[in-house]
Amino acid sequence: MTSNGRVVLIVCTAIAGMTGLVAAAPSLYNTFCRVTGFDGTTQRADAGSDRVLDRKVTVRFDGTVAPGLPWSFKPEQVSQTLHVGETAMAYFAATNSSDTPVVGTATFNVQPAKAGLYFMKVQCFCFTEQRLEPGQSVSMPVTYFIDPSIADDDNLDDVREITLSYTFYRNEDAEAKLVASGD
Amino acid sequence: MSDTSYTADRVSVADPKAHHAAHDDHAHDHKPSFFVRWFFSTNHKDIGVLYLIFAIFAGIIGGAMSGAMRQELKEPGITFLTNFTAQYEMIPAVDGACATGELVGGDQCRVERVPEARIESAKNFYNVLITYHGLVMIFFMVMPALIGGYGNFFVPIMIGAPDMAFPRMNNISFWLYGASATLLTLSFFAPGYGAEQGYGGGWVLYPPLSVATRGPAMDLLIVSLHLAGVSSILGAINFITTIFNMRAPGMTLHKMPLFAWAVLVTAFLLVLSLPVLAGAITMLLTDRMFGTAFFDAARGGDPVLYQHLFWFFGHPEVYILILPAFGIVSHIISTFSKKPVFGYLGMAYAMVAIGFIGFIVWAHHMYTVGLSVDMKAYFVAATMVIAVPTGIKIFSWIATMWGGSIDFKTPMLFAVGFVFLFTVGGVTGVLLANAGIDHYMHDTYYVVAHFHYVLSLGAVFAIFAAWYYWYEKMFGHAYNEKIGQAHFWVMFVGVNLIFFPQHFLGLQGMPRRYIDYPEGFAFWNHVSTIGYYITAAAVLIWLVGIAEAALFRRGKGARANPWGEGATTLEWTLPSPPPYHQFNELPVIK
Repeated sequence: MTSNGRVVLIVCTAIAGMTGLVAAAPSLYNTFCRVTGFDGTTQRADAGSDRVLDRKVTVRFDGTVAPGLPWSFKPEQVSQTLHVGETAMAYFAATNSSDTPVVGTATFNVQPAKAGLYFMKVQCFCFTEQRLEPGQSVSMPVTYFIDPSIADDDNLDDVREITLSYTFYRNEDAEAKLVASGD
Repeated sequence: MSDTSYTADRVSVADPKAHHAAHDDHAHDHKPSFFVRWFFSTNHKDIGVLYLIFAIFAGIIGGAMSGAMRQELKEPGITFLTNFTAQYEMIPAVDGACATGELVGGDQCRVERVPEARIESAKNFYNVLITYHGLVMIFFMVMPALIGGYGNFFVPIMIGAPDMAFPRMNNISFWLYGASATLLTLSFFAPGYGAEQGYGGGWVLYPPLSVATRGPAMDLLIVSLHLAGVSSILGAINFITTIFNMRAPGMTLHKMPLFAWAVLVTAFLLVLSLPVLAGAITMLLTDRMFGTAFFDAARGGDPVLYQHLFWFFGHPEVYILILPAFGIVSHIISTFSKKPVFGYLGMAYAMVAIGFIGFIVWAHHMYTVGLSVDMKAYFVAATMVIAVPTGIKIFSWIATMWGGSIDFKTPMLFAVGFVFLFTVGGVTGVLLANAGIDHYMHDTYYVVAHFHYVLSLGAVFAIFAAWYYWYEKMFGHAYNEKIGQAHFWVMFVGVNLIFFPQHFLGLQGMPRRYIDYPEGFAFWNHVSTIGYYITAAAVLIWLVGIAEAALFRRGKGARANPWGEGATTLEWTLPSPPPYHQFNELPVIK
């Protein structure tokens, strides 16, 4: 017969293991999203594709601003139609309509979500935080291409259009740092 | 013992009467004084009774909440819950005078609120009611009744143990529940959103609403759930240790009664799932209080992560609620069919299988968050697989009854009612498991009907079945069979009248969690509310039954085994009620 202490120890190990798993869950989930493109998470690439296919995809653009950010923000083009593998550049216009410097960070995804794995960004304003001076307007570029391996995935055969969406949020942490550094 | 009883070849007790009655009844049966017995209790039977009392109060409160909701939904329009909203509001006075209302305390004006404002408050109150109704029924009614109540009282007796492995920890488990319920009550009355009381975002506590709602109601709720979780984990450790280490000589795991099996599997589910809930709501708390961004999309978090964590706990939780009911119903059907349960090992391992698969199907609660087709295909298939072990159980219950000498006493009525209602809920569950259909059904009354058929009707019928099955054993006097049967029939009609029409409402597209609805849904909502009145009458009949038994049957003596040869587990070898300390000499199982 096993002693009570041993059973309790085994059960407590299981509890500790599950607690460890849940503690690790946020970073595991983050990794999972980046690796699998889950929920429309786009991918990053260092350079454009060396392979271009005949297949064409229309990329539509969407830009929104979260409450609390005194900016206007919208895409400068409605859509771009390009070959799979072809590198393209799109612009988003942002204006700070307040009288103080404001820092914003953009979140992003694509619809349909299953296209996230094949939407490659070479450069994006969303990679870093953006600071706009009072009244300043900027044109923000994003350089991207559609990964040609999209052709190998049967699930994406029906995809003719991909919507790339950004939402800008006010980055209060970064603004606090600005104030602290006296800038 | 009869050779038709399932324990005859599995659990037969060596000369039960001579052994226990003589030893346990008299010399060793010193009960402590009232206060010490009930407030410092370390006795598994007393703690079980405390849990049952707790669950009865929680059930009546949670049931009253659903009554308020059904009364509001009886007719279209918002007319009933406005009665519970604040009639006046306080506005700071300007220069010591009030434009409207009367001056209170020198600098405040008491102003009567306009009807529109009170309707807005009623909407919040409705959402608060659905939230706390769910939490109260799950955490403070079904779990304490099935696991804390019947589990504590009967698992040690059924496996031939004198008490739980850690009696003092058992005491802590119960009183942590008291603290948890206190915090939940405070949360109900604490400010949630602005001046409105309570948190109204649903029992699942999804962010971003649960983070954005700044009032302390949500924080109290989180801490309340933490304490309930700690209580349940301590209880689970206790059950696992008791069942592994304290079975009577000769009682191998494969001879153990099915209720003990059910509680063992449940305890493992608790141990593996509750830390995940605790972690998820701790992240909510730090997002609210300490500026972390686990679920804040603006700062790199994802609210969908919370849904994954919550349902990784939430799906095993529904099996935590129903597995002990499976165990109880197996015993009752076997007892009143005078046959051993059909396919004992299959029944035991079906519960193990349900527990295991229960951990890998969580995302079927979140088909609409944007899962890929492949992921949905997996979760559909895995969810459907659960129908296999569940089917084994349903068909084994029917096979147990098949050819049996069935005696439709109240416990058996409730047990057969359980099988019927659980099957209806199970079938709609298989339907909802399909991701394509679920996109249409998600968050409609069809889902409400589904989970109330398996839980509100299934689990609650099992609780009542066990109540009547073990009433004489627990309390030492018999219940009134006529009142019990009346309770069953009125309740059966009532609950079906509440929830069956909700399938129609769901199919017609009525969304859940709204205080009001268009005219087109009026008829079946009205029928549903009438069903509630009938169910409330059934609960009154049940309470009358308790009062009648206490007034006219107490002290008239109780039979050790009122159910005859079909009742073969160890609790029937003890007198009713069992001695304060049982099994001073362990029974030997051949």
